[in-house]
Amino acid sequence: MKAFAELLTRLAFSPGRNAKLAHLAHYFRDVPDPERGYALAALTGNLDMGTAKPALVRGLVADRVDAELFAMSYDYVGDLAETVALIWPTRQDPRDIGLSEVVEALTGSGKVEAARLIAGWLDALEASERYALIKLVTGSMRVGVSTRMALTALASNGTVPIEEIEELWTGFVPPYLDLFAWVEGGPKPEVLARAPFRPVMLSTPTNEDELAARDPSEYAAEWKWDGIRIQAACEGGAARLYTRTGEDISHSFPDLVERMQFTGTLDGELLVRRDDVVAPFGDLQKRLGRKSPGKALLNSHPAALRLYDVLMWEGKDLRGQPFDARRAALENAVAQMNEPRFDASPLLEFATWDDLAALRANPPDPVIEGVMLKRRDSVYQAGRPRGPWFKWKRDAMTVDAVLMYAQRGHGKRSGFYSDFTFGLWDGEMLVPVGKAYSGFTDEELLRLDRFVRNNTTERFGPVRSLAPKLAVEVAFEGLNRSTRHKSGVAMRFPRIARIRWDKPVEEADVLDTLKALLPPET
Amino acid sequence: MRFEDLLIPKPEGLYCPPGDFYIDPVKPVSRALITHGHADHARSGHAAVMASQQTLDIMAIRYGEDFTKTRQTAEGRTTVGDVTVSFHPAGHVLGSCQIAVEQGGTRAVVSGDYSRVANPACAPFEPVDCDLFITEATFALPVFNHPPPSQEIGRLLDSVREFPERAHLVGAYALGKAQRVIMLLREAGYDAPIFIHGALQRLCDYHIEQGIPLGDLRPATMDKAEAKKLREAVVIAPPSAFASPWVQRFADPVISFASGWMQIRARARQRGVELPLIVSDHVDWPDLTRTLEELNPEEFWITHGRDDALMRWADLTQRKARPLHLVGYEEEGE
Ligand SMILES: [Zn+2]
Ligand SMILES: [Zn+2]
Repeated sequence: MKAFAELLTRLAFSPGRNAKLAHLAHYFRDVPDPERGYALAALTGNLDMGTAKPALVRGLVADRVDAELFAMSYDYVGDLAETVALIWPTRQDPRDIGLSEVVEALTGSGKVEAARLIAGWLDALEASERYALIKLVTGSMRVGVSTRMALTALASNGTVPIEEIEELWTGFVPPYLDLFAWVEGGPKPEVLARAPFRPVMLSTPTNEDELAARDPSEYAAEWKWDGIRIQAACEGGAARLYTRTGEDISHSFPDLVERMQFTGTLDGELLVRRDDVVAPFGDLQKRLGRKSPGKALLNSHPAALRLYDVLMWEGKDLRGQPFDARRAALENAVAQMNEPRFDASPLLEFATWDDLAALRANPPDPVIEGVMLKRRDSVYQAGRPRGPWFKWKRDAMTVDAVLMYAQRGHGKRSGFYSDFTFGLWDGEMLVPVGKAYSGFTDEELLRLDRFVRNNTTERFGPVRSLAPKLAVEVAFEGLNRSTRHKSGVAMRFPRIARIRWDKPVEEADVLDTLKALLPPET
Repeated sequence: MRFEDLLIPKPEGLYCPPGDFYIDPVKPVSRALITHGHADHARSGHAAVMASQQTLDIMAIRYGEDFTKTRQTAEGRTTVGDVTVSFHPAGHVLGSCQIAVEQGGTRAVVSGDYSRVANPACAPFEPVDCDLFITEATFALPVFNHPPPSQEIGRLLDSVREFPERAHLVGAYALGKAQRVIMLLREAGYDAPIFIHGALQRLCDYHIEQGIPLGDLRPATMDKAEAKKLREAVVIAPPSAFASPWVQRFADPVISFASGWMQIRARARQRGVELPLIVSDHVDWPDLTRTLEELNPEEFWITHGRDDALMRWADLTQRKARPLHLVGYEEEGE
């Protein structure tokens, strides 16, 4: 448990993706089987051992620690697992307990037995290990690691491409002995899973200048919908919905899963759609992350799939065929399914790039982010190859805002004030509307840093409050209503496009200007 | 006699009427007895100061030779007014002492800050039999259960070896913690030069003068290009340096902080630390309660820190205790 506990700590405090990958890779390299396999399962949410309720852990500690002392401690620490881990009386005879011991013993054990086992382990471990154990048995491993990140780290220890691992991933079961053996030079395992995830093909951004050099007749175009890119796979009675990183989110969308009555793998956009009206992204957000959505939500926020592509159909792998052929197969598939919730994203008619630019500037639906371009002869190729697929987004929306708070950055920006909260005017007051931390050159970073140091009015921990003296042009991809934000709006992907050293802050935009850009209320 | 006739809390600090002196006063007074050199305990501007030789030296380094008019080195048992005082090692930082105050067969011991974990930079805590023990309570919550410091330094060295190209910047307060971290690194076999921020130089020099072998220390004044070439480098700096432009010379550093507070994840996150190291120079909850059990005084008082949990513990173990609510001692001074 020691190595796993240290891994969790390092992951929790590592600000950057690269550092997280390195910690994971080193762990997978240095820790033996089956320990590392169970860790991989825990991090990717694939540990199926029946989890203990936080109340059970609370009950155990209540038998050992005075209630009043516990309450003061919990109040101070603010996290139940952490409080229990720290306050649990340490015994003098520590013992190393492996993840495998925990998983194997807890699998199939009843409530009473589980409580007895957990108490025994807590007795034998030290504080940071106790924390890891509690997180493990309560199934709440939130350390910012996606399945894709864990597999990328694993792949970096060998020569097997990440796409191949992702393709087979859903077929492996913990503790993944055959997977580790393969990555480390052993034989490639057979496909084991039904309805596995197939690595997704991604596009690269483009612009007028790049397109001008290309022949429009070689490309098909379709709308880019502002939902969630999804893969719908059905095989031998198993139906699954995956995100583009291979996260299985089937449980959140039972209304789609029950309608998936085909054999194949489809690529599309997950949307909330009421009859023919596609709802704004905010509506889809309400459906995400819900383990078992209630009837009312299923009715008020019905999910739908708008399909872009077909990878497999009735046992045939279509990925090696050109886009045009796959598109014809997709249209057949949609007709064959005859399910109102699944439709094909329409292809756009255009002869010149100017035609397409006009369509892109004036899309028929506000939930369109731009257009996708796909070479008609392109095969379906995992990853993000440059060229066959492009996304040509609508120009971002912008507002001129005022910097309000600054925080120091991490990693390459550490020591520099590079994370900013900005606001818009509401009468005499500034109301914060978003946060951004990208889009600076080194030189700007230095100048901004100096500005922050010279214009701090107050400090709260790592945050500095700034005098309203600097305007910035903020670009963003979309806007949602939000009850969690004081301003009532939440920006999607905000970034600081330009620092307006020249602009008087009084001329920055007012909050109502931003609100006018909101999608209509539904 | 009542304990209140020997020592009473006043706005200036803990006062001894029969001796007419204060212990660790937070405002200028005519006579001060000082437990140790941390800035919140040892302030300048008192007319007369009595402390261990090392604490007097440290005060002179921090405030200049004229930090007081009269200094007196504490040695053996000394009469001050109508009481007898003696200084005993507290195991907190170089020169740190507990102060015993006696009159008519009654003895009170004021702990100052103290630690029960071996520290090569200072003499170990000496348990002094007493009727009244006046304790600090910086980490007086049962969640403070500090691991052995050698284990934490092991985590630092593991990380240094795992990421040799990233300089490891360890935040540590200038008096005590910085030298403690250096000594722990040396004990763990790290014998490369250690880089120190300018604010640590004088106190590190003083430790070396006092016979504490800190090894090869170099000023952390390299430029960006030099910083980039470093491998397996450890840099020690006061935490405030991480918010100053000084830190910008390091390209992608691992920010670490050595403190007892690092045991609490939210505190570590608040500080933006990537590698929290739990290294404390105060007693944690088990050591604090063990000390009270061991000394078993008739009564104990709590000077600064958290008193609610310790009062509850006194209730549970049927001990007589009293919070003094002394103000002016910083929580962060760890
Ligand atoms: Zn101190
Ligand atoms: Zn103190």
